[in-house]
Amino acid sequence: MAAAPVMMPYFGQQISSKSDLVPDWTRQEVSTGTTIMAVEYDGGVVIGADSRTTTGAGNTPLTSPVCVCLFQTQVRPILTCVFGPAHSIELDEPPLVETAANLFRASCYRYREELTAGILVAGWDKRKGGQVYSVPIGGMLVRQPVSVGGSGSTYIYGFMDANYKPGMNKEQCMEITAAALSLAMERDGSSGGVVRLASISEEGVERRVILGNQLPKFSTH
Amino acid sequence: MFEETGPVWLSEEVKTGTTIIAIEFDGGVVLGSDSRVSAGASVVNRVMNKLSPLHDKIYCALSGSAADAQTIAEIVNYQLDVHSIEIGEDPQVRSAATLVRNISYKYKEELSAHLIVAGWDRRDGGQVFATLKGLLTRQPFAVGGSGSSYVYGFVDAEYHKGMRKEECQQFVVNTLSLAMNRDGSSGGVAYIVTIDEHGTEEKVVLGNQLPTFFDQ
Repeated sequence: MAAAPVMMPYFGQQISSKSDLVPDWTRQEVSTGTTIMAVEYDGGVVIGADSRTTTGAGNTPLTSPVCVCLFQTQVRPILTCVFGPAHSIELDEPPLVETAANLFRASCYRYREELTAGILVAGWDKRKGGQVYSVPIGGMLVRQPVSVGGSGSTYIYGFMDANYKPGMNKEQCMEITAAALSLAMERDGSSGGVVRLASISEEGVERRVILGNQLPKFSTH
Repeated sequence: MFEETGPVWLSEEVKTGTTIIAIEFDGGVVLGSDSRVSAGASVVNRVMNKLSPLHDKIYCALSGSAADAQTIAEIVNYQLDVHSIEIGEDPQVRSAATLVRNISYKYKEELSAHLIVAGWDRRDGGQVFATLKGLLTRQPFAVGGSGSSYVYGFVDAEYHKGMRKEECQQFVVNTLSLAMNRDGSSGGVAYIVTIDEHGTEEKVVLGNQLPTFFDQ
C-alpha cells in the first residue's frame, strides 16, 4: 500500500512580497473549496462534484471501472496510488469498495496531523452492491446511504435530509445529486462551474456533464 | 489550580446558536425559531422563545449573542411604543426594522446579534426584513442563525411565490426541523408565530411532533 502526500511547489514563498510584477493570487497557496456528493441506489452509486477543484476533473478513478473517489482538499492533494492493479491480481477479482475506503482511511488517519482532506469513496462490487463510504478529516470511516462533502456541503444538508428516500432508482439519484450540487454552487463562493456526474454499477462507469445553463433552476435563482 | 473556579459554562458567553426563519405570504407573515440557548458546550436553556414581540403585529426573531439580541429587542419595543403614540396609529413594519437596523449599525463593533423583523401592517401587508450587521433589506423570506447554513439549499429549492398560510407554516416547521437535526447549537422545540390582519397566533411544536426524515 502506498500513500504519499504530493509535494506542491510553493510559488508564494519564492517571490518577493514587494514585487508588483506578479498578481497577488499567484503568491497564495491554492485552496480547493468544492462540493461533492455520493448516493447509493439498488445496483450502484451515483457520484457528483462541481468543477472548481485543483485537479480539474475532481474525480479520479482508482481501478477502473468499479472504484471512483472524490477529493476535497484544502492545501495539498493526496495521491493514493499503486494498490489497484496489484491487489486485483492477488484477489482474482476486482477490489472491494470497502477495501479502497479502508486504504484511504489508513493514510488519512496515520497522517492526520499533516493532511487536510475529506474523501468520499463510492463504487460497486459483487458482494455488497453499491456502497458509499465517507472518510472525513481526521480519518474515521463510515458507510452512509448518502453523503456530501466540501465547503459547499453545509448548505445542502437540509435539502439532502428532506429529499433523499431509501429505494430511489438511478435516474432519481442523478436528479437529486444534480439539484443538490446546483443549490450548493449557488450559495458557496468556492463551488461553481459545471456539474460532473457519474454512475457506477455492474455494467461500469457512465459519466455525464451538466453545463451551467442546463442546471436545474429554483425560484430564488 | 486548587481554587474553586466553578463549572465551565459560567465563564462562556451565552449565545442563542439558533435557527430563525421568517416568511411572508399574501396577508401576513410566519416566523419560526428553535429554543436552544448555549454557553459553550452546555445548553443553559432548552425552551427559550426567541420570537420577541416589538408591537402587537410586529415580531422579531433573535440570534447571536443572547444578551445583545434581547437588549436590542427591548430597546426597540420601547422606541416603537413611543413612536406609535406620536403618530397615533399602529407602526409600520418598516419602521420597526429601521429602528433595529439603526442600533445594529451604530453599535456593529460591539454587538453580535442578528434580528429578523417581520409583521403585518395596513399599508404593505405582510413583510419580512433582514437586518444583518446593520443592513436593511426586505425579502420574501429570511433565515438566520448558525443553523441556517444547513438549510439554504432546502429553502432555495422549496420556496416558491404564492404560498398560502398553511403552506408557509409547514415550510417553517420543516426548515426548523432540518436545521435542528444538523446544527449542534439549535434544538429543543419549535416556536411558530403567525401574524395577519386578524391577529397574532403563537404555537409550539414539541420535539416529538416535529417532522422526521429518512435517517430518524
